[in-house]
Amino acid sequence: MDTAKKRKPEVNVLLGTRKGAFILQSDARRKAWKMRGPFLRGASIFHMSFDKRDGKRIYAAVNSGHFGPTVQVTKDFGKTWTNAEKPPRFPENSGLSVENVWHIEPGRAEEPDVVYAGVAPAALFRSSDGGNSWELNESLNNHPTRSKWMPGAGGLCLHSIVLDPSHAKRMYVGISAVGVFKSEDAGKTWDMKNKNVRADFAPVKYPEFGQCVHKLVMDPKKPGSLYQQNHCGVYRSEDGADNWVEITNGLPSQFGFPMVTHPQDSDRFYVVPEEGDFFRASPNKQLAVYETQNAGRTWIKRSKGLPAKDAYVGCYREGLATDGLDPAGVYVGTRMGHVFHSADEGKSWRLIAQWLPPIHSVSTATLA
Amino acid sequence: MLVTVKIPVALLQYTGNESELRTDAYTVEGLLRNLDDRFPGLSAFIVNENRELRRYVNIFVNEVDVRSGDGLMTKLKDGDRVNIVPVVAGG
Repeated sequence: MDTAKKRKPEVNVLLGTRKGAFILQSDARRKAWKMRGPFLRGASIFHMSFDKRDGKRIYAAVNSGHFGPTVQVTKDFGKTWTNAEKPPRFPENSGLSVENVWHIEPGRAEEPDVVYAGVAPAALFRSSDGGNSWELNESLNNHPTRSKWMPGAGGLCLHSIVLDPSHAKRMYVGISAVGVFKSEDAGKTWDMKNKNVRADFAPVKYPEFGQCVHKLVMDPKKPGSLYQQNHCGVYRSEDGADNWVEITNGLPSQFGFPMVTHPQDSDRFYVVPEEGDFFRASPNKQLAVYETQNAGRTWIKRSKGLPAKDAYVGCYREGLATDGLDPAGVYVGTRMGHVFHSADEGKSWRLIAQWLPPIHSVSTATLA
Repeated sequence: MLVTVKIPVALLQYTGNESELRTDAYTVEGLLRNLDDRFPGLSAFIVNENRELRRYVNIFVNEVDVRSGDGLMTKLKDGDRVNIVPVVAGG
């Protein structure tokens, strides 16, 4: 007789906040939530990332105004943390210094200990030992355009790292105020991919680079399809970022930060528009998530249960996530420290945590 | 040659809660390297990759701020007490 206990599915919502990390946990019904934390108390956690490859590791981008940036890893859902012995750092005496770690992306299934990190000033780092030591991607750092990269208001940060599951050596990164880069050789060389993306704030509206991508994601079922929330609109590419088409029409504004794909359905993703770069709050005094089910050709406003009156709410670029259940759960974390959850793919929402420190990132760990 | 180093509370999580350490380093830079040998990665919280003291961290040798002297090249002698102190945060 098989006496092994079958694990009940559960969802953990990982919250990176200005004052530490929190984990909200629920069973698959997602009705009752239990919060743990703060972990890494007092640190500014820009991002947390669950490693589906081993189902244990959670990486945290840990930043401190006093003590600088590092990466920490937990293998027991926050009980204990291990600090990177060699955190992301530029070479000594390079003149550059890592200010913050912005994003951590676990590598491919066939490389179980590879992890990537994006930092400011914009650079890509790679770990081949599960986040304990990190190496700079020299090619991107020495890109011929590097000296002309100009930081925007959010700094010069590399915040999006996208690995193509259909090509072992193809990857993309997104850098604020610089744009999208693509590599076909596992990061040995990089090409800029910003065709047809506007830069309204620049003297040339369609430059080769200098576009301000805020978040870059890939369609999980169609790896050639990428989407980006940009400072100047929302865009879709169906040819691996070679060409971009603007898909802002139907949204209340072109501006926003977070973007997340549906975990199962192609052409389906979510954004949270903000009024604009000089008024970074929800348009029309109402928080709303917008969903598309046809790759941005039309948009559906999803606001049932979200703050609807005199609400000036904003979200950081990692503030939106989906879980791996069916129907998919959607989560939005706000700069005011509230977390809203939809258990029906965005149709209705409810508050599941409030009065936390400003929420930098929301991500999920779904255990089936 | 024995120098005592006081570790700030915020970094105790990286030293196994050891708040006072001993070193035989002859300079502050050597002291930081010794800390790294014992607790890999610890000095990254104190200096950046250009070996510059982080903006909001001070190091005092017997109550003298190393920034007012030779910085990380400040010499140490037997009996010195080194204090690593994060600056006060806020107003």
